[in-house]
Amino acid sequence: MTRELRVVGTSVPRDDAIDKVTGAARYTTDLALPGMLHAAILTSPHASARIVRVDLSDARSVPGVRAVLMGSDLDVRLGLYLRDKRILARDVVRYQGEPVAAVAADTLDAAREACRRICVEYDELPAVLDPRDAMAVGAPLVHPDLAGYDHMRGVFFPKPGTNVAHHQKIRKGDALASLAAADIRLEASFYNPPVQHVPMETHASIAQALPEGRVEIWTSSQSPYTVRHLLSVCLGLPHAAIRVHVPYVGGGFGGKAGLGLEPLATVLSRAAGGRPVLVSATREEEFNTMPSRPGLHSTIKIGSTRDGRITALEATYVWDAGAYADYGVNVGRAAAYSGAGPYAIDHCSIDSYVVYTNKVYGTAYRGFGHLEVLWGIERAMDQMARKLGLDPVEFRRRNLLKEGATTITGELFTAGHGKPVECLDAVAKAIDWGRPSDAPSAPHKVRGKGIAMLHKAPAMPTYTSCAAVIKLDEDGAADVLVSGVDYGQGTYTVLRQIAAEELGLPIGKVHITWDCDTALTPYDWQTVASRFSYMGGNAVIEAAADCLRQLTAVAAQALGVAPETIVCEDEAAFPADKPDRAISYKDLALGYAFPNGNAIGGPIIGHGRFIATGLTHLDPETGQGRPAQFWTYGAHAVEIEVDTETGEIEILHIATAVDAGKVLNPLSCTGQVIGGVVQGLGSTLHEGFQFDGKGRLLNPSFVDYKIPTAKDLPRRMTPIFLENPQPGGPYGARGVAEHPMISVPSAIGNALADALGIDYAVLPLSPERVLLGIQSREREKTP
Amino acid sequence: MPSGLTLIEFLRDRLYLTGTKEGCGIGECGACTVLLDEKPVMACLVLAVEVDGCTVDTVEGEATDGQLSDLQKAFVETGAVQCGFCTPGMIMSARGLLRRNPTPSDDEIIEAMAGNLCRCTGYEAILAAVRLAAAAVQPVAEPLTGETGTERRRFLRGVESTRKDGWR
Repeated sequence: MTRELRVVGTSVPRDDAIDKVTGAARYTTDLALPGMLHAAILTSPHASARIVRVDLSDARSVPGVRAVLMGSDLDVRLGLYLRDKRILARDVVRYQGEPVAAVAADTLDAAREACRRICVEYDELPAVLDPRDAMAVGAPLVHPDLAGYDHMRGVFFPKPGTNVAHHQKIRKGDALASLAAADIRLEASFYNPPVQHVPMETHASIAQALPEGRVEIWTSSQSPYTVRHLLSVCLGLPHAAIRVHVPYVGGGFGGKAGLGLEPLATVLSRAAGGRPVLVSATREEEFNTMPSRPGLHSTIKIGSTRDGRITALEATYVWDAGAYADYGVNVGRAAAYSGAGPYAIDHCSIDSYVVYTNKVYGTAYRGFGHLEVLWGIERAMDQMARKLGLDPVEFRRRNLLKEGATTITGELFTAGHGKPVECLDAVAKAIDWGRPSDAPSAPHKVRGKGIAMLHKAPAMPTYTSCAAVIKLDEDGAADVLVSGVDYGQGTYTVLRQIAAEELGLPIGKVHITWDCDTALTPYDWQTVASRFSYMGGNAVIEAAADCLRQLTAVAAQALGVAPETIVCEDEAAFPADKPDRAISYKDLALGYAFPNGNAIGGPIIGHGRFIATGLTHLDPETGQGRPAQFWTYGAHAVEIEVDTETGEIEILHIATAVDAGKVLNPLSCTGQVIGGVVQGLGSTLHEGFQFDGKGRLLNPSFVDYKIPTAKDLPRRMTPIFLENPQPGGPYGARGVAEHPMISVPSAIGNALADALGIDYAVLPLSPERVLLGIQSREREKTP
Repeated sequence: MPSGLTLIEFLRDRLYLTGTKEGCGIGECGACTVLLDEKPVMACLVLAVEVDGCTVDTVEGEATDGQLSDLQKAFVETGAVQCGFCTPGMIMSARGLLRRNPTPSDDEIIEAMAGNLCRCTGYEAILAAVRLAAAAVQPVAEPLTGETGTERRRFLRGVESTRKDGWR
């Protein structure tokens, strides 16, 4: 990239912020359609039960009730990669919180009253709650009909007759023999509990059933086209019969990918004679009914030479998928091909099992399994370094992927992948790694430092594609149309910057349409996986080039010169050697009119597209192949202070380096890092679902499930961006949105081991867990 | 008016002031914060009948004649807005603070904003926005020392870096 950039790479503030600070931004629940009904859901009190009898008669008699539905009314199956789910539970319930019946009524109060009057008789069945138990022979089957479920073949491999929804294998070299022959071996086990995404706006969908089975939907979703596609499959409708609008979305983090409440709103509207129906999850339902992040049990074995070169890694990942596969099967797949960390390892064997249990189901969540596997891997790397007597930074530096190495799926690591070693060195320097901490602030407090690497690639189908349209306005301004959703991450501002850069327009003259609409905005697969700026950015570059071709052609004809001589700059097209003959965009945007009235051209509308290239399915037996369009690498380093009397951890400093390739908007990238780090602190210090012995969720509220507040911030956060360009990325950029959250727990866990000499293996590192660890060590010391 | 109608239902469903957001409905997240006689309250915990004769400020009243207030401008400039769902409540909590204390210390800002949950931003930019707006109210800023010392200066960093680029 030789030319100087005007707009890309600068901190353009978000245009949507104006609507959001004034209250003008309209989210799904801010819409009110004429005659709109409100829905309430009745959920299962049991983790596993047969539905013996449902009596809806009393519910139907509540004034204002327009529709009441239960599972036996609806014979469709839903699913993203594996169709295993019902709109409302049918015959059996598989988790506490699963929707069993639903009511649409004139008011929310009436709908809730009707739900209270629904009588359901259950016959409780044995529940399986721990995925390790669920893998045992003879365990109760969450889905006895698994063999009959349709699924994406060649990518996912459910095991009928078991609770395994997917088994991902990675085999490179001979891990078994290399482990046996290793100078030094380490084995360790780790656990991450299931957690919730906690978008501040809960899931909400409005559907209006139309004649001929058609339906129009307004929904808080990350994926308008995927909602349309999955609904078309499950309802047996052509795609054009479904129109999906996405207004402003109040956070997603993966939880609003795939299908949410859209199918339920649709069938309720149909049952209510076509009145629009709003279904909005309560906060409790957001925790207990909508999907979460799957839990993970990891067992990791590492073999190393005496001088600190890793020779083998073997890992078993057992995912607590909950009752339905949803995105969980792909989390288990993606986290397996990343499941050895960003290291060059010749002999690797990974088995990743996605296992059904009778708990709220898991889905995509920022980091897509990587925070979880790297909690184990990066803790294990520190333990191995200690065993070897090596500095953890030096041990990592020796083993990180470098040019010429291959990943565990056989992908050649090149200069274009970025520089993990530089990320490591940058964060180590930022916290003065190697220099002892200052004295703690009190005698009962101790300090420690920790470091952890991170990496992730977009997990998406090999043929993922998207498109962008740019249309020019009467005044020569540009409107960008895409169907990826900006639910907070800031991509729309970046796309405006790219269009402004390419078209030669000031940023104020590039607009983007905030309401996605499958009838009007062009295709995008889903807004997930940190791939929107990369793929959408490339599509916008191509759409801008298309606009410029059209502008150039019309200007050349108008001026009677060859198109090759035309330059487009400063909102005008002109022959390179005759800038005084410039024609402004505004005189070209709708077609050019000669002085005598003759006209040429027409409205300028540019089209660009992008499709993933060079990706392959992974070999089912070895996992070898090319799963990733690009990889983003990074590292965290932290210094903490632990109160040995309360178990509380204070983060004194956390430095985060990400090799972004190119920082397209420093303000937004910094926002992603700070926001991701603090979200990662939630997973580290506070968050985790707690179930009772019968599989009932005990903490579905902000009082019992604490997320970080303004009082929980580290004393200092240092974002660091490296810019080793990505070939094929827009201006060399890579995705960075998920990455800052990954490995925050690992870095803090490593710092805790440094401070206390205790290896914690279970998250969250709550004061209680930390204190119990300290006390148990004290007891061991006492003879 | 039904006696059970809450202030948030009254604002959103009767007056169509949908800027005030509902994040939990049970007083745990702060998204529905409004000012009731100058004091921040969560509109989901107040009955509409209770506000008879009171002054209620919502986010819709923050801008004047279509011009953003200093507080709103500060939120835009510092990158304090991502998904935006917590933003109206954040702005009203900050407005409540600045009305009762135009020159808050950093600890006072944190205390005033700690009841408003945000999942996107990591709070740092929000705290910086409130500090920036407070500085605009009171051009001669208090020196940032005091009991918590210089480390609390951290959330001024975002403000400085934005301004360098000239995007105001």
